[in-house]
Amino acid sequence: MNPKRKQRLALVLLLVVGVSVAVGLALYALNQNINLFYSPTQIVGGEAPKDTRIRAGGMVVEGSVKRDQESLRVQFAMTDYAEEVLVEYTGILPDLFREGQGIVAQGAIDGNGVFQAVEVLAKHDENYMPPEVAEALEAAGKMPKPAEEVFNK
Amino acid sequence: MPEKKWMPRWFYQLASPKWCYQITGKLLPIFAWLALLCLGVGIVWALAFAPPDYQQGNSFRIMYLHVPAAILAQSCYMLMAIAGAIGLIWKMKVADMAAFAAAPIGASMAVLALATGAIWGKPTWGSWWVWDARLTSMLILLFLYLGVMALYAAMENPNTAAKAASILSLVGLVNIPIIKYSVEWWNTLHQPATFKLTEKPAMPVEMWLPLLIMVIGFYCFFAVSLMMRLRNEILRREKRASWVRELIVSQ
Repeated sequence: MNPKRKQRLALVLLLVVGVSVAVGLALYALNQNINLFYSPTQIVGGEAPKDTRIRAGGMVVEGSVKRDQESLRVQFAMTDYAEEVLVEYTGILPDLFREGQGIVAQGAIDGNGVFQAVEVLAKHDENYMPPEVAEALEAAGKMPKPAEEVFNK
Repeated sequence: MPEKKWMPRWFYQLASPKWCYQITGKLLPIFAWLALLCLGVGIVWALAFAPPDYQQGNSFRIMYLHVPAAILAQSCYMLMAIAGAIGLIWKMKVADMAAFAAAPIGASMAVLALATGAIWGKPTWGSWWVWDARLTSMLILLFLYLGVMALYAAMENPNTAAKAASILSLVGLVNIPIIKYSVEWWNTLHQPATFKLTEKPAMPVEMWLPLLIMVIGFYCFFAVSLMMRLRNEILRREKRASWVRELIVSQ
């Protein structure tokens, strides 16, 4: 390769590496701000700000969903397998909302440590299967659950 | 001192617009038929014969467009950036033309991925759009494409335009691993990858086989549109070359 080209190749590599390092450092510094939601561990541990609008994510605990008979009010617990947070929400839940499903809720932590949600989104996991397979897995109690690291990065 | 030959012969041959025009002319029908076959088989299989998902029912089928479009948007970006780098380093005109030809195709793939994702997100998540790391980095990819296209359009001289656009696409290259790993580095609403190199896919074979065919079909379709745009661009820029005149006269 002639020296001119060698020099230009070095410049191009320097540009790509330099930009990568700069962006990498910036993203590393912004790490917490890029996360879409706080995990139950962070909320219980006091890392999440109180009385301000935040997002919280976790898995809906089996058997914890309590629906109000008179209104659209619903209460449930969500977990990252380490800690649990109670969530209260009034409104229509997404179709995929069910126990054992990951969700991301937007709202604020009230004085009692309960998360008052104004929006609940279903967090779909990476597992796809036909209904028959799902039924078989359900019967065998082997339904895949969202992994812990999905909520704690 | 004789220069060391460390690049294969075809690499230097590609540098000739005439040779490139001829070889793409031969390859074009092969890829066109492959694209037609794969997309036809894939779409019928995906929409009519693949089983529905246990949770999402039939709405999951949009992934047969969403996933290939997202893969292509990123592959096309890498191709554009690498072609741009070759153009910068070796001053190869054909590489510049390939980068120019790739930009709008990649941009349309990014639009398709974002649009199908939003259409799927509303019934599945309950929201059209969320500012999570995956969705945002994909939107940045689209803006990078638009920036590259704007640079090409803004400059009269194709060589200056290619230089500026190549530098922008190389700067944006860092976004590709960010898109890929966004779901692993940060808490996102978007699910992690269903297909991993080291693990069995979290999807049965009757669901992922049509997806694989669709991905191959999208790659073939991409090759077809890239070659068509590239051939047009070669003719446009080489319009003063004698072989182009002969070609036009002979038709």
